[in-house]
Amino acid sequence: MTDPAKPSLTPEDLAARVENRKSLTNRQRGQLPKIYWKEQEPAERIRNTREVPLPYTPAEARAEAVRCLSCKNEPCVTGCPVSVDVPGFLRLVAEGDFRGAIRLIKETNLLPAICGRVCPQESQCQENCMVAKVHKDLGFAVSVGKIEAFLADWEREEGGVELPPVGDPTGKRVAIIGAGPSGLACAGDLRRLGHKTVVFEAFHKAGGVLVYGIPEFRLPKDIVEAEVDNLRRMGVEFEFDTVVGQTLTIDDLFDDGFDAVYVATGAGLPYFVNIPGEDLNGVYSANEYLTRANLMGAYRFPQEDTPVLRRENVAVLGGGNVAMDAARTALRLGAKNVFLVYRRSRDEMPARLEEVHHAEQEGVQFRMLSAPVAILPTESGWVRALKIQTCELGEPDEKGRRRPIPIEGAYEELSVEIVIEAIGNGPNPLIPKTTAGLTTTRHGTLVVDEATMMTTRKGVFAGGDIVAGASTVILAMGHGRKAAAAIGAYLRPEDTRPSR
Amino acid sequence: MFKILVKRALAENVTLFEVAAPRVARRHRAGQFVMVRPHARSERIPLTIADVDPARGSVTLVVQAVGKTTFEMRESFSEGDAFSNVAGPLGNPTHIGVPGKPEDFRGTVACVAGGIGAAPILPIARAFRDAGHEVVTILGARRKDLLVFEDRLRAASSELLVCTDDGSSGRKGFVTDMLKSLIEGRRAEGRDVDLAIAIGPPVMMKFCSKTTEPYGVPTLVSLNTIMVDGTGMCGGCRVLVDGVARYVCVDGPEFDGHRVDFDGMMRRQAMYRAEEAESLARYRENDPSCQLQPAVAAAVSEAEEAAAAPAGQGKASS
Repeated sequence: MTDPAKPSLTPEDLAARVENRKSLTNRQRGQLPKIYWKEQEPAERIRNTREVPLPYTPAEARAEAVRCLSCKNEPCVTGCPVSVDVPGFLRLVAEGDFRGAIRLIKETNLLPAICGRVCPQESQCQENCMVAKVHKDLGFAVSVGKIEAFLADWEREEGGVELPPVGDPTGKRVAIIGAGPSGLACAGDLRRLGHKTVVFEAFHKAGGVLVYGIPEFRLPKDIVEAEVDNLRRMGVEFEFDTVVGQTLTIDDLFDDGFDAVYVATGAGLPYFVNIPGEDLNGVYSANEYLTRANLMGAYRFPQEDTPVLRRENVAVLGGGNVAMDAARTALRLGAKNVFLVYRRSRDEMPARLEEVHHAEQEGVQFRMLSAPVAILPTESGWVRALKIQTCELGEPDEKGRRRPIPIEGAYEELSVEIVIEAIGNGPNPLIPKTTAGLTTTRHGTLVVDEATMMTTRKGVFAGGDIVAGASTVILAMGHGRKAAAAIGAYLRPEDTRPSR
Repeated sequence: MFKILVKRALAENVTLFEVAAPRVARRHRAGQFVMVRPHARSERIPLTIADVDPARGSVTLVVQAVGKTTFEMRESFSEGDAFSNVAGPLGNPTHIGVPGKPEDFRGTVACVAGGIGAAPILPIARAFRDAGHEVVTILGARRKDLLVFEDRLRAASSELLVCTDDGSSGRKGFVTDMLKSLIEGRRAEGRDVDLAIAIGPPVMMKFCSKTTEPYGVPTLVSLNTIMVDGTGMCGGCRVLVDGVARYVCVDGPEFDGHRVDFDGMMRRQAMYRAEEAESLARYRENDPSCQLQPAVAAAVSEAEEAAAAPAGQGKASS
């Protein structure tokens, strides 16, 4: 893509930068042009489901890594929920040691192909990048996520994916409930510690939100499958069609000889705005819309049997990643007009910058400062329009976000046939409902000890959305890793276990 | 994979499958359902469990062919084959007791089954009978050959009353007529029907609820809305109960029939009517055996008529 703001360097430029990297001063490094990855053209990509950004070439990845200043205080590492050694792996990439770089990442993050794509880097590793500070523009941060994804893809394509060593068998068994990012991260770490690990999944496929929620164009499903296969090769076992709380209970698991349980059941019932018309035909939660399209393959209906409505005009309510995913999915399902309706202003949108940018490029029409008021029906009970009310920003609320204040009489109707609500979801209710001894918060999330992720019931640990409410893939993975370490400590023989 | 141990035709377009699912069989209680995905390209559809055999590790499902997925189950799966996925048991078990009465109260329960509603009501009737209640089961269908589970229900009930729309078996009339005369007959004797449970096509459940309402007989209905996951994640199964959105998969599947917005539910059930018709038509075109069998063709057009009038949709429609 030729974008004047994103100059592309010739192969000779890239090679020269890598060649001269040792002689650069930090001042010079900080001034090096950022290497932009190519992307599918918007007009083209909304007609397919392929990934939008094209991967870095090896030469581009190396040249981009040269921009890292190797700051002593490592603000990028501090910003990472699992403390990946960012300057360390960037140094290896610049050297051309891709194998060494991916090995270093995997010491702390077993799922780099996924994290490189879905982490909100601009509010984590890239947020405090000194290069961005030099330019006074977050957009100039070293592209840590893109390089991470490149490395994981390179390793997979090169073959010989290295698996972390599995620990000597401990004779202990751990049950993990939910094969989403949190459960998968926990499973990998537990195998490293040598515990037998079985993941129970309600759906027919592993991945959780990575397969039902995040669309193919943002996270190709063969990547998720490859990561899951790596865990299988490490000895993680999977049992599908198992709804813990219903098919089995946590008590059953302990009776069956499991020594500890990690609950990572993720998202629960979607929230609805609670406006008139939400029971009309054509109103979806984003969970349902995306699950139909992604996990159930409704993109390919009627080749696949699960349908999803395809209409020309769609409104999506919300401003997070899920809202962007739903809006962009609607475009790929043939919508002509997709409105993204958000009560606050653009600055308050919680979505990743890249997703907002991509959605805009693809033609999603942002209706900021607009509060949904009612969904209006046709005579036969289908969605005819969304009534919105224009807002202005008032005083900041307790979180510092300026509150939207509806302007009296400022109503508008958007003619749409589908309304998708992407305003979040509660935690999954099944486990708390069917398990004795678990204390929940008033939001329905499980109460855990923050240091160990142990719930109020001995030997039962929990993390991800069931603890945090709707959060991010990386945070869920961080919980999984923290819990795995705590489970390791918990399962140590009595004499070595620290007294409590 | 979940092996099909027994497959049997029960009535026109109604098939019984006994499927190996030991964990489901062990945990199942009356009123619960499973999500079934017959093969890797199928939908996930909710099917109420009609019976279980914990010793054999099997569950019995009764499926009415009304759409592509259910026709395919009937036509493309034989004994010895397997369904890709069977997840459950899901939903809340039926509360075996009478609302508003003490737990030790024993009374008269009317179990009303329309069409293949006979299958899901069987374990419920049995559970009430086993708990010591008098169970009067009313079984209705359009015609004699569409009555299913008559013998099983007779064995599970204190009394079985049968009716058909055309009078070809039992009394001529609708289950609502039978229910009304049961309640009035009991009242005349100074007794009461303490609880009614209605399972069948939405319109039948709606009118059973309307029938009992003036008599103040508490009435439960078991809903079978469109679902994707069935575990409280997608929200697609929501239905208005007393004006508030409730979720059939985790709050149900049973609700107070006097408070359910049946009209809204039936409208939402028809949301994919066009897609369902397309899918079924495509399936029929691609399957030459369908075109060779006039009976199948007739069944398909009947199913399409049923789909075109959502009120006629059967339980387990998909």
